[in-house]
Amino acid sequence: MAKVKINGSEIEVSDGMTILQACEEAGIEIPRFCYHDRLSIAGNCRMCLVDVEGSPKPVASCAMPINEGMSIHTNTQSVKKAREGVMEFLLINHPLDCPVCDQGGECDLQDQTIAFGPENSRFEENKRAVEEKHMGPLIKTYMTRCIHCTRCIRFADEVAGVNQLGAVNRGENMEITTYLEKTLDSELSANIVDLCPVGALTSKPYQFEARPWELKKTETIDVMDAVGSNIRVDTYGWKVKRVLPVLNEDINEEWISDKTRYACDGLLNQRLDTPYIKKNNKLEQVSWEETFSQLKKLVMDSDPDEIAFLVGDFIDLETSYLIKKLSEDLSIKAVDGRQEGCKVPFNHRSQFLFNSKIKGIDETDCILMIGTNTREEAAIINSRIRKRVISSNIPVALIGKNVDLTYKYNHLGDDINILIDLLNEKNSFYKKLTNASKPMIIIGQSVLNRDDSLQIYSLLETFTDKFNLIQEDWNGFNVLQLAAARAGILEMGLIQKNKSVDDLVADAEKGKFKLVISFGADEISYEKFSNCKIVYMGTHGDRGANAADFILPAAAYTEKDAIFINTEGRVQYANKASFPPGEAREDWKIINQFSEVLELKWSFLELYDVRDEMFAKFPQLKEDFNDQNNGFVKIIDNKGNEEIEIINKDTRSSQEKKNDTINGNIKSFEENSAKKIFNTAWTDLNDRQREYLRKYNYPETWSEFTEHYGFKVVNDIKKKNNVVLPYEDQYANSIGKAWNDLTYNQKKWAYTKRNKNNLIGLADDANFSPDGIVVLNDNQEAYYAQPKEINFKIKNLSFSIEDFYINDSITRHSSTMAECSRARSEVRSSVTEKAS
Amino acid sequence: MLKEKDKIFTNLFGDEPFHLKNAQARGDWDNTKELIKKGREWIIDEMKKSELRGRGGAGFPTGLKWSFMPKDSKLTNYLVVNADESEPGTCKDRDMIRNEPHKLIEGCLLASFAMNAHTCYIYIRGEYFNEAVVLQKAIDEAYDAGLIGKNAAKSGWDFDIFLHRGAGAYICGEETALLESLEGKKGQPRLKPPFPANKGLYGSPTTVNNVETIAVVPTILRRGGEWFSSFGRPKNTGTKVFCISGHVNNPCNIEEEMSIPLRELIEKHAGGVTGGWDNLKAVIPGGSSVPLIPKSTCDTVLMDFDSLSAVKSGLGTAAVIVMDKSTDLVKAISKLSHFYKHESCGQCTPCREGTGWMWRMMEKIGNGHASSNDIDKLLDVTKQIEGHTICALGDAAAWPIQGLFRHFRDEIEEQLKKTKAA
Repeated sequence: MAKVKINGSEIEVSDGMTILQACEEAGIEIPRFCYHDRLSIAGNCRMCLVDVEGSPKPVASCAMPINEGMSIHTNTQSVKKAREGVMEFLLINHPLDCPVCDQGGECDLQDQTIAFGPENSRFEENKRAVEEKHMGPLIKTYMTRCIHCTRCIRFADEVAGVNQLGAVNRGENMEITTYLEKTLDSELSANIVDLCPVGALTSKPYQFEARPWELKKTETIDVMDAVGSNIRVDTYGWKVKRVLPVLNEDINEEWISDKTRYACDGLLNQRLDTPYIKKNNKLEQVSWEETFSQLKKLVMDSDPDEIAFLVGDFIDLETSYLIKKLSEDLSIKAVDGRQEGCKVPFNHRSQFLFNSKIKGIDETDCILMIGTNTREEAAIINSRIRKRVISSNIPVALIGKNVDLTYKYNHLGDDINILIDLLNEKNSFYKKLTNASKPMIIIGQSVLNRDDSLQIYSLLETFTDKFNLIQEDWNGFNVLQLAAARAGILEMGLIQKNKSVDDLVADAEKGKFKLVISFGADEISYEKFSNCKIVYMGTHGDRGANAADFILPAAAYTEKDAIFINTEGRVQYANKASFPPGEAREDWKIINQFSEVLELKWSFLELYDVRDEMFAKFPQLKEDFNDQNNGFVKIIDNKGNEEIEIINKDTRSSQEKKNDTINGNIKSFEENSAKKIFNTAWTDLNDRQREYLRKYNYPETWSEFTEHYGFKVVNDIKKKNNVVLPYEDQYANSIGKAWNDLTYNQKKWAYTKRNKNNLIGLADDANFSPDGIVVLNDNQEAYYAQPKEINFKIKNLSFSIEDFYINDSITRHSSTMAECSRARSEVRSSVTEKAS
Repeated sequence: MLKEKDKIFTNLFGDEPFHLKNAQARGDWDNTKELIKKGREWIIDEMKKSELRGRGGAGFPTGLKWSFMPKDSKLTNYLVVNADESEPGTCKDRDMIRNEPHKLIEGCLLASFAMNAHTCYIYIRGEYFNEAVVLQKAIDEAYDAGLIGKNAAKSGWDFDIFLHRGAGAYICGEETALLESLEGKKGQPRLKPPFPANKGLYGSPTTVNNVETIAVVPTILRRGGEWFSSFGRPKNTGTKVFCISGHVNNPCNIEEEMSIPLRELIEKHAGGVTGGWDNLKAVIPGGSSVPLIPKSTCDTVLMDFDSLSAVKSGLGTAAVIVMDKSTDLVKAISKLSHFYKHESCGQCTPCREGTGWMWRMMEKIGNGHASSNDIDKLLDVTKQIEGHTICALGDAAAWPIQGLFRHFRDEIEEQLKKTKAA
């Protein structure tokens, strides 16, 4: 702590503070433009100048750290003069277009001019004009208004992690630009609109839509991802005009993603505003009464087993609760809210939440991400991780797709077996995880949607012991949810035990269901439900509404008071900013009325009654979030690691494998794989077939086999130690030959699909032609061409290209790179036909 | 007048080649090893005794500046030599690099040793192409002779010099902007604190010195700090290279004793003002950044830091720009204003917006389309810039204008009235 004097009164502030922060502590406002709490200090606007005793010149308070005994003056004549001077300089080249500027009314320059500016203008010269810059569809630029505070540059560099904004030229010709006039390639880009203290950067979709003082401002919660960013919804009448971030240090600080900000324009279009019923294959507008009476008939006519509930991604907690209540009262078991097909049977909230909480990222010292692209899935969390990485240089590793996360991380690969390597201390990242005092793993949804998700999940559960993820005051086991409703749905238990939505769809296809009620579930394909009546409750003319026989119009997230639980498990209250359009009703009211129509024993008068009952049943939701304990419950109780069979893992040496096979000691994964791939028992396979399965890590599906190992299979073909694999013969027969009689290029073509990752799986198109060659272009796309005699003059060699892989032979016969590429281009120019 | 034997830059006029053997014949690189053997403390002590003040313009005591460098920091210390000599009127470093590069290189070694730096960067102005070629040749000669590099001059001290050419921005002569530019960023001054001695180049402790400051170091150490401080007045000691240009009969660079009277300097070395001393109107005594002084002051003023600041000007880089009575002072200063407008980096508000405004107002006054009120306004604007900017460029842009109107306001107003009447 240090004692400083501000305007004569003494105050004690903590060390390392700047004068500006100390003044704020003392309740004295210092005007500023360039300074921002969350960005680095630039000190270039010079608006925050104050007098410090002993300093001949006024100092920039935003950049000057306090010293013990410093005496600061903010109200002297010289400070006033300095501020007026800076204000005058800022204004001389600032256009007087406030009446047509979108920033007008919420402009720092306007406000501070009133408070600190000179009373009149002395500038008689011409004002500067700056050429228009283009920054894409979200950000409208008007760079003549720019005061060069560089907040946007610093935001792009430091928070968003894209070095695409900068200042060019010097002196009064300095301009802020994206250099190439490109869109800022960031999912947080529009935050620079909020940061801009003037109207240089404004929101393009919002341009000339409204003035800030006409708008009704409601603070609420965002539902575009599971982060639950705090937002302010500005409405003009019914219309939501814009969405702005609200400060919440624990969640979104003061940023929101572009999706959150600009999704609101969808609230105006394609809205469901009245109930519909399909009559003669055509949707007709009807009244609520008719809808409900027909629905009642439908429900009464169906057996509980013939009804299924699907729950969508934007459903609020109260509605989830009522859906649960409804399904229990009607004894409906086929209820699922996990549309992408996750089937891990969560039964405790610690199993599906972001347990370390978002602010836990600020404390962690090692992060392992599995199957997630946080930049797309939760941009706010990604920027938190970036902040942590930048400030403390913590190790971050990712297993999954190698993507640009805006910070440096260690890409371990995209093979799930790396998890086993980590457990077996074979991967180098293992050490960093072990040495960390607060390690964290983040599990993405893509991991949980796999067929073997349960095995992987239980494997990850063993990480909690191995890497000390669970401690007294730390829980580093994090699942990143993607949908705003998901944590609530899981909390309410709207899932099928040990089954996924895929099973439900399969049942529907078999004709098990007569009635499907979809509560805003739009991520599912309704074609499989053609045998049943579909009831859709939702807000937009989305996939569900297109398939529906009954449409119940409901309220969007800005149009109702509701509770959402974010991925951390934080209970947040959303407030009603607008009202549902037309006949549409709030979701809980629809279900409530449905219960009345069905003459169930409950009906609520107010939303608060629903909440009271829900909280009584789920008391954990009422607990203070920050006090919630960090305990962790495993799905599979700790039976010891041996009993959890780790799929496809073979750690034996090659001699041991052979011995085991000879002795009849067949492992279950061997048996499984043999059955799935070759359709025979392991013992009936020949040696080479066994070798294949071992080499390709005991695949269980044909696509897995070829998708992961297609290239290797082709290499094997080349080496001519080929074994005929299933379908290959079938395939060769279709062109009237035996597989072994095909040429190399034909075999290769057989394995070729013409996309970027060519050579995956057997091609199944009819264009297959027995003669011809495969040529790869620069994008690694495979081209198929009729044979031709191609002569090229490398060392006076002349090749017929009929039966060898042309790229290989070029490489083989070229002595230099230049020669090689010349020959390639020659071949390519002669082979111009595309197969498709 | 400085005796020939006391001159440090004996080859300032380029009478002899710059090469190593010629330099050695003139006494450079003579027993450098012994100087280093005497130790770090001794070198800094001698520098303090010499009372040498930085020759780049600000005049900060060099010995004191060196002693700020952390002695046992874990970071690498750097010496950076500022050869970005862009101040209008100044050309002293240019001649030193052209004709006496080995004095600079030897000085770099000694200064770096004193500051525990193994690496020295010389940031040379981009326009000094030929000078950069000469300096690089001299550096190569010194490397070949084993005077720098590993075990430099057999002293046991490893030392490297890197020459870096700027791209032609005046602001890169400001020490922190120079560091930014050297790091490969846009040349914009940094906020201070932290000062370069704590966080400079690549975040390491760094000292930035002018070419002349470093080039005089070997001679001071050989002949002793007391010898150097015997010239000039107390606190304004030593010899100094003055650049005399403008309306004189013989513009030149000349090494002289500090505190030499301005009149003596001009008349002895520059062949006097064109048309005689009485034809003198004003002198800018220290490069474009300092206010001019009128003839009445020029009669008596001494050329040193304190004497010039007592008449509200400054020694700056000691670039004496002489203007006789044929000069249109307003246009002359307006030209300087345009220079500062053009060279402002654009980072901070007062300088970015103010320099252009000042130039435009100066042009107006120069064209006669102004009144006494406009002069008040202009002076007020200079006050709004002065002291409110990140670096000293704002001050440098404001001072010449303030100096002009301090001494010649009545005359200019008279002129304006005449134009108006016409």
